[in-house]
Amino acid sequence: MTVRKNQATLTADEKRRFTAALLELKRSGRYDAFVTTHNAFIMSDTDDGDRVGHRSPSFLPWHRRFLIEFEEALRSVDATVALPYWDWTADRTSRSSLWAPDFLGGTGRARDGQVTDGPFARTGGRWPVNVRVDGRDYLRRDLGAAGRQLPTRAEVDSVLAMETYDTAPWNSASDAFRNHLEGWRGVNLHNRVHVWVGGQMATGVSPNDPVFWLHHAFVDKLWADWQARHPRSAYLPSAGTRNVVDLHDTMRPWNDVTPADMLDHTAHYTFDTAA
Amino acid sequence: MSSITRRRALGVAAGAAGAVTVLAQAGPAAASAPRAAAPAADSDPASFDEVYRGRRIQGGPAHGGHHGGHHGGGYSVTIDGQELHVMRNADGTWISVINHYEPVATPRALARAAVRELQGAPLVPLTLG
Repeated sequence: MTVRKNQATLTADEKRRFTAALLELKRSGRYDAFVTTHNAFIMSDTDDGDRVGHRSPSFLPWHRRFLIEFEEALRSVDATVALPYWDWTADRTSRSSLWAPDFLGGTGRARDGQVTDGPFARTGGRWPVNVRVDGRDYLRRDLGAAGRQLPTRAEVDSVLAMETYDTAPWNSASDAFRNHLEGWRGVNLHNRVHVWVGGQMATGVSPNDPVFWLHHAFVDKLWADWQARHPRSAYLPSAGTRNVVDLHDTMRPWNDVTPADMLDHTAHYTFDTAA
Repeated sequence: MSSITRRRALGVAAGAAGAVTVLAQAGPAAASAPRAAAPAADSDPASFDEVYRGRRIQGGPAHGGHHGGHHGGGYSVTIDGQELHVMRNADGTWISVINHYEPVATPRALARAAVRELQGAPLVPLTLG
């Protein structure tokens, strides 16, 4: 059974195996296909049109399925690997072990944002940024630039307290759990973390930074935590909603999986702590 | 290596042509949204053309024959002549493919933010491979 652990608790060997599997997916070209898929959805999901991966109720089940697919790819390289999650309410500075050279490497240098240490630094030659929106082919970060702060545990708890999963107009203007977790409204959780990391993580090609997966694994865990807190709250909308993935509608690009199929994560993995 | 436009990569420009109409219909929801710093969602933002930090940024209504529809509801932004993919949120704020998780009030602010983020690098069409 796959157990997703807090990144802060990984052993040196688990970190080594995780980063090695990432580098092998990159080398084989499989990694970049995930970046391409994410960017295609982020540019086509619109508040007033068809929306699947973002700014819509299916933000959470879509990313759950996306991460499962990515985790399966990692495990095809090394069956001992699982996706770790980054609890950014606890490990909230650039001095966290997450950003050490034996794991993801640190922030970018001032001149051009280039990450210069860790397995994904340009100098290692093993992490070319191929799917990109500008001319720069190296991983960039600007952790906590301009004094930005990651969300606090209290802010997370204020969002987990919301009873309703999602509400009309089912987009970035909605006032319920999903959109407050996504961050288009309110204290801003998920979106703010992308901005805090900076570099490619702040763009449509954000999966170019491996921290994308650890960020979304924690967002996914917060969904599970919310379900445990509100057992009578259901995924919404249930049926007949234009441009939006209802409970039993299939999601692109897989076309064989619905939000209903994704509600119970324990069919695929568990977490190191009870929800 | 193949180099194709972002829009071709998507296959279709989802719902872009109808965006202005739908935005107008969404008026009440947009007006009640919290970040109503931008003009009302059913009015187009002003065109602009300036040099910012040494780069020419332009914005205005997109015309036919220019990559087809836009998710910005028919609004186009370029940096040194290269199209910056932009999108308008329901509350009237804007994001781009360079700053996709941090809405700003106007397309001009969006173009300036992209210039700062680019640190002199050129925008490129989505490159696959």
